[in-house]
Order: sequence, then structure tokens, then C-alpha cells
Amino acid sequence: MLSYAIRRVLGAIPTLLIIITLVFFMMRIAPGGPFDAQRHLPPEIENNIKAAYHLDKPLWQQYGLYMGNLARGDFGPSFKNHDFSVNELIADGLPVSAKLGISAILISIVFGIALGTVAALNQNDWVDHGVMGIAMIGITIPSFVTAPILMLAFGIYGLHLFGIDLFLPAGGWNGGALANMILPVTVLALPQIAIIARLVRGSMVEVLRSNYVRTARAKGLPSYTVVYRHALRAALLPVVSYLGPAVAGLLTGSLIVETIFGIPGIGRYFVEGAINRDYTLVMGVVIYYAAFVILLNLAADILYAVMDPRVRFQ
Amino acid sequence: MSAAGLTSRNTETIERALDIKGRSLWVDARRRLMKNRAAVVSIVLLATIALFAVFVPLVWPYSYDAIDYGNILCAPSWWPDRSVSCFAGGHHIFGTEQNGRDLFIRVLYGARISLAVGLVATMVSLLIGVGYGAIAGFVGGKLDELMMRFVDVLYALPYIFLVIILMVVFNQNFFLLFVAIGAVEWLTMARIVRGQTLSIKEKEFVEAARAAGVGTLTNIRRHIIPNILGPVVVYVTLTIPTVILSESFLSFLGLGIRDPLTSWGVLISDGAAHMETAPWMLLFPAAIMAITLFCFNFIGDGLRDALDPKDR
Repeated sequence: MLSYAIRRVLGAIPTLLIIITLVFFMMRIAPGGPFDAQRHLPPEIENNIKAAYHLDKPLWQQYGLYMGNLARGDFGPSFKNHDFSVNELIADGLPVSAKLGISAILISIVFGIALGTVAALNQNDWVDHGVMGIAMIGITIPSFVTAPILMLAFGIYGLHLFGIDLFLPAGGWNGGALANMILPVTVLALPQIAIIARLVRGSMVEVLRSNYVRTARAKGLPSYTVVYRHALRAALLPVVSYLGPAVAGLLTGSLIVETIFGIPGIGRYFVEGAINRDYTLVMGVVIYYAAFVILLNLAADILYAVMDPRVRFQ
Repeated sequence: MSAAGLTSRNTETIERALDIKGRSLWVDARRRLMKNRAAVVSIVLLATIALFAVFVPLVWPYSYDAIDYGNILCAPSWWPDRSVSCFAGGHHIFGTEQNGRDLFIRVLYGARISLAVGLVATMVSLLIGVGYGAIAGFVGGKLDELMMRFVDVLYALPYIFLVIILMVVFNQNFFLLFVAIGAVEWLTMARIVRGQTLSIKEKEFVEAARAAGVGTLTNIRRHIIPNILGPVVVYVTLTIPTVILSESFLSFLGLGIRDPLTSWGVLISDGAAHMETAPWMLLFPAAIMAITLFCFNFIGDGLRDALDPKDR
């Protein structure tokens, strides 16, 4: 298994290189540069600025310089956030994004599995139809609609439920306080909960019909044991292989959620960087995200093989 | 008379006597689709939205870019909350937005853009995906391995990032937005088509065609593609809402359609900015977009059930 993991990690390096090269040249052939929007500078000063960021060199030299620095773990200076290096900006934003993303993925997995199992155990009655109907809504309605609606409901009007005033901050991070996290994590997790619930229901319905579950029931095992010890493990396999796409979905969602809620994570850096043509910042965030997706796909594959004894590493 | 001619005449006689009509896959599928209530309702709703988007702007009293500073952020006259700052007169049935433009006509223009993006980008992904998948599957061997490896590599990308960069690079060019989204949505299509091609190319009629000297490309066009249309059609109806979502996502971030043209993403983004004082600006575009996405999903599910050869 170790050699399989090493081979996969090595196989990911060319993928990452392709991505870095692609993004680098795409950003550079764009008309307009990072210093266009600023007030007009005398040509000497402009040339000095360009020289300071190596923008005066031919493209292939810029590429070589960038890759050289990258090999040493240096993402270069940010073009727009003066006096900050991309490393510093990412070091600032990454813990915030990670806290948000990890909470969202954990909540999606727990709630998705629970809802899917409940729906499968009550197949075709109102519980099942209710859960699957809500899941359909969760999949269809995009996060940039749920986010403002939840902000309106909880942040601005405040909801009165059972005599309690539910009032949550409609934006900001506040150092990751629980109240500030509830809305963004909910928005991020909702579509994933819905997709995972549908996956689990589908596979659970099939597993519950299989022979070994019938055998377990025939032996007289309590239905709790049958479901949680025997059926669930097999029913969770599709969820494991969905983890990679789920993380990609969360990263995409984090762009919207961090922008709407004003959360200082790296998703917001990416959007601002793309609009401002902050080449180095955009590159840094893309490299982080791509590496993350690749690593998680790898982890999901290994986990899959651990959970399914029929899979052999080759 | 030859034996074959005799048999076919016999079959004809029997068919005429019993009044049986042969049913093709597509006739059968259409009958089954028409029995699916959710799918039929979705088709009707979607057709209504599309017809409105095409024809209502021709007769509507307001233009999508007519700014009216006397009617800024006004609620429609039937709005239940009577405490809003102003009510729009005239025919503003969805109220007005921050520049006094009529929201109803802007939602319809959003529908035009979204549906057009959905169709064009899906076509692009269809062309690339079907061509790529069919060639990989039909030729097989080393080429297949190489081509599918490339798809795997691209799969690892969170590709909305690439589209964002493309949009920045090409300065939010309207047409390129369509192509860019289509160009990143073809991966799953290529996989589906390749899988189908692998199973169909082993069938006798393909082998017969090859033995008769039909070339690879002609064989793919004449024999493979017509036989994989079922799953492709299902996936197309599921790609359209994904594409509409991607476009709205970009427009929401300010990277897609630009003023005075509009799309659902732009309208929802404006609506979110004014939701405290003018909630209708968020609710109407969001509702119409949600209905459209629901319709496509239900039609896709319905088609999948209708075309599934396993439960006929």
C-alpha cells in the first residue's frame, strides 16, 4: 500500500506542473497588467516597478524565475497587496478557509449519512419522500441564493422560534467565533449533505436487499446491529469515492461563501486577485487548491481500498 | 420468391391482421416520458419560460435598459408588505431595481442569456465530448489509454478556477464565456461515450461494416454515434442546468455578463445587495432560476427512466 501511495503522489507531480504552467501563461497573455489601473506614473518609475517584479524580462525568463522560486517554496510577492508576500497572505487565509471547509465537510458527512440511512430504512413512505424532496432542493438551489436568503432570515430580520430570538451575524469572521461560523458553514454544507444523502439512500436500499443482510436478519440479529454493523459499511463505499468531488465542490462554494460573508480566507483572495490581475496571488491559491484536491482524491482512493476488501492495490 | 421475402411478407400479414405496430426505442421512450407527471409538468413550465423569454420582450412596454430615476427600488403594486418606501406605477409587475429599470423584463433577459448559455455551452461540450469519447473508445489501445489519462488529469482540476482565469484573460468576452464553460464541461460526456462505444464496437453490425471496408470515422458517425444517443441525451439535459449554474456563478462574482445586459447571476447579486430594502429584487430572479433548474433536473430524471432498457 505504501508503494501504491508513493506512486500516486509521484504521478500527481506532472499534473500539478501542467496546471501551474497553464495558469501561468494564461494569466500572462491576458491584455492589461497589474499596474494599469493605478494613477499615471512617469515612464522611468513604471519601468522601475516592472523591473522590481521582473515584468520587463521575456516571458520564458519570468516562467523560469517563478518555477525556481516555487521549487524553494517561495510564491513571490503579491502584486497588489504591497509589502506582503503571497506566502504571508496564504498563511493568513489558509487557517480560516481550512476551519470553514473542515467543519463543512464533517457536517455534510455526518448529516448526509444519517439522512440517507433514515430515508432508506423508511423506503417509499413520507419520511423517505420528505428527505429526498429536501435533498432535491438542496442540490438545485445554488449557494449564492441560499446565502443571501439565510442572511436575510437570520442576520437581518432575526427569526423567532419557540420564544427564542435567533439572531446571527450576517457577515464577518470575528476570529472564527461559533456564531459567525453557523451561516457560512450551513451554506457550504447544504448541497453536499443533499448529494451524500441521495448517494447513501441509493446504495443502502440496494445493500438492504442483498443476501448477506437477509442472512444476518435470519440469524436473529437485532435490526440496529444489522444496519450499523453489516449494511452501513458496504453502503458507505459510494460516499468515499464521492469525497474527491465533494472537496472540489466545497472549494468552489468557498469562493462564493467567503466573498458574500466577508470571510478573510483564500477563496476571497482568489476572486479579488483574479479581478485585480494579481498574478502571483492567483497562482498561489490555484496551486494550493489543486494540490489539495489531488491529495484528497488520493486519500479517498486509499480509504476506499481499506474499506472494500475486494479492491487490491496494484 | 426468396425465403427472406417470404418471411417479411408473412410478418407483414401477421402485423396487419393483429394490428400491431412495431415500436422503436424512441417512440417507446416518448410514451414512457409522457406518463411521468413531474417530467411533463417540467416540460410545460420550461417551454412557457422559454416562450416568454423569446416573445414577451417584443411587446413589453419597458426596455431592459430603460433607466427611470423616478422609480428606483419600487415594489410592485401588489406587494403584501405595505411599509416599503415606494410602489411602482404602470406595469412593473415585478417592481423596479436600483436604476429604476423594470425587473420583469430584466428577469426575462436573464432567461434569454441563461438558456442561450445553457444550449451553446452544452453543444460545445457535446461536440468535444462525443468526438473525443467515440474516437478513444473505437480506436482503443494505446491511444485510448493516453486520451483517457488526459481526462483523468483534467478531472483533478477544480475547473471553475480555469473558467474564472479565462474570463479575466479574455476580458469577459460574451461569446467566449459560452465556449469556455462548454470547454470544461465535456469530461464526463467523453467518459460516458467511451464506455458505450467500447460495448457497441464489439457488436456484429459494426464488425460487418468494418469487414465491408467502412473507414473508422464513417463507422463512428454512421454506426456508433446513433446507437449511443440514449445516455447522451440524458446527460445533455443534466449538463444544461450545470452550465446555467456556472454562468450565474461567474456573473454573481462580477466575472460574467456585464451591464446593461443581465443574467440571473447578476440579478441575484444585485438583489442580495439590496435585499433589506427591496427583497423582491432577490426573490423573483432566484425563484425563476430555481424553477428552471428544477425543471431540467426532473426532465433529465424522467428521460433516464424512459430510456433505461432495464425496466421496460
